[in-house]
Amino acid sequence: MSIGWSLRPILALFLLVLVLRPEWFAPMLAPLAPEGGPVIYERASLLSLSLSHLALVAAASAAAVVVAVTLAILVTRPSGAAFRPVSRTVANMGQTFPPVAVLALAVPALGFGAGPTLVALFLYGLLPIFENAVTGLSNLPPATMEAARGIGLNRWQRLVRVELPLALPVILTGVRLSVVIAMGTATIGSTVAARTLGEVIIAGLLTNNTAYVVQGGLVVGLFAVLIYDAMVQLERRLAARVGL
Amino acid sequence: MIQDRVAGTVSPPGVLFAMLGVAALLTPFMTLAANRIVAGEGVMAWAVAAPALVAPGLLAVAAGLLLGVPAGKPWLRLFGSVLGLSGLLWLLMQGAPALLDGEGGYARVSPAIGFWLLLVILSLLLADTLTALAPGPWMRLGFLAVASAVLGVVLWSGALADLSVMQEFSSRRDAFLREALRHLGLAFGSLATATVIGFPLGILCHRRAGLRGAILPVLSFLQTIPSLAMFGLMIPILGWVGDAVPGAQDLGIAGIGFAPAFLALVLYSLLPVVGNTAAGLAAAPPAALEAARGMGMTPLQRLLRVELPLGLPIILTGLRIVLVQNIGLAVIAGLIGGGGFGTFVFQGLNQTATDLILLGALPTVALALAAAIVMDALVDLTRRTPKGTP
Repeated sequence: MSIGWSLRPILALFLLVLVLRPEWFAPMLAPLAPEGGPVIYERASLLSLSLSHLALVAAASAAAVVVAVTLAILVTRPSGAAFRPVSRTVANMGQTFPPVAVLALAVPALGFGAGPTLVALFLYGLLPIFENAVTGLSNLPPATMEAARGIGLNRWQRLVRVELPLALPVILTGVRLSVVIAMGTATIGSTVAARTLGEVIIAGLLTNNTAYVVQGGLVVGLFAVLIYDAMVQLERRLAARVGL
Repeated sequence: MIQDRVAGTVSPPGVLFAMLGVAALLTPFMTLAANRIVAGEGVMAWAVAAPALVAPGLLAVAAGLLLGVPAGKPWLRLFGSVLGLSGLLWLLMQGAPALLDGEGGYARVSPAIGFWLLLVILSLLLADTLTALAPGPWMRLGFLAVASAVLGVVLWSGALADLSVMQEFSSRRDAFLREALRHLGLAFGSLATATVIGFPLGILCHRRAGLRGAILPVLSFLQTIPSLAMFGLMIPILGWVGDAVPGAQDLGIAGIGFAPAFLALVLYSLLPVVGNTAAGLAAAPPAALEAARGMGMTPLQRLLRVELPLGLPIILTGLRIVLVQNIGLAVIAGLIGGGGFGTFVFQGLNQTATDLILLGALPTVALALAAAIVMDALVDLTRRTPKGTP
């Protein structure tokens, strides 16, 4: 599932121009703005909002990867097996919690700003990564595991050199799901005063300025699609390397 | 050796839950605030009411956590988790009126961090025991019905009417009912529409691999677009349709409101419906298809009598994903005037009124959980051959 080689650079270029030179699009967006109202969002530069948005997603996802993979390793060892059923139920049921609700519920506990958004992104991001990591680490080919034991690898070596590399493509699928959700939830994060691209859309909704809404929507939509595409490509490469 | 014997009689998750539960009891259980906006002051669980009233609740919570410790007794642990949850409810029911007593008309009491932590811990214990019991689909539906009935009776009886979130509810009872119906209309209506469009598309995708390769990638990119952007981008499109097509505005098609929210939800729903329909139809074993062909079935008969029944669990799984996802996403409709529980969530965020946020968020979460449990049970019921039998 890729955009195809021809479309990808065009979309990337479009996004780049949209973020760096939004004023070039003013003539096209002008009909959508209210009469005499501003066309291009100028309260903050789209570049700084994009960077802040991406930083939020990257920080939350990185933390989620570390914690979720560690937890998945623990429950797939014999000593942590007792926690496995309950952790799977939690991962399964937890994902039915709407991301918006998680964000809204984080506000009473943590107040407004980037803090609750980061926590909501992190907590929600854990679940798909954990679920996929447990699946990946428990469905390893028995023959390979036997061979790893046979050549005298100890438990730590087996984990680092055999199990994790084999499970990596499945884990990455979980990371991709969690990054896609994080991009969306971070956008809504601007309703709790986090600095993200959602700010542009919200400003447009509040002032009835559809030009802002389209601008913000296009930028964040293109970022999401291109990041998703990049991660699909990465997964394919890795899967080809481990021979799945 | 001793360790082994202990490990055999003690459930490690149970021990963890008990330890976390004791720690949670040492955090504020409820808050008392002068009005609905300001931050409140925390009150510990044993101080929310007179000792004689608090003691049964505290004992029930402690006993519940303790009963969760022994291993290999799932029914006892189930009883423990239910006992603990009842204790929490008891403490809220006793604490709210006692704390409000003599505090003036604007004072508000809400559950605090301690309550929420204990609720999560005891629910985890419940989840752990239920996983061990591995109830069948009918039993799971039964548990859900009992839990919903108990929750309904407690809320109906007014036992929790003194809590701030219930006061928010009683001051906007009509609006709550209207937005609840709106929310259900958005979630189920978009599911129905997506099924009507997506199901034939899925059959076509199953029959023609070329079409499948063209449609599914487009749908999966649609699904990656952040919800707020998707809802926002629908506004100019539907605004244009409303202006350009005569009669469209009379049907309620306009730039803001219900229509853009509905369309955005339908677009998000198409991937799971189309993808899972195609995957479900492809799941019929070649031998079954060969036999059907041998019996002289036409392609339509094969579809209706062989491929559809065998693929039904996978198709229903797609609908489960859509329903749970749309119940959550419908919250965003509150931002573009589309109504639903999101109205309360975003009003609450604007007014920094925590309990108004809860009034929108808690029903959404409950609805999503219930939908997941019901749909999972339906998926299990449609499996012709239960797991584990050849």
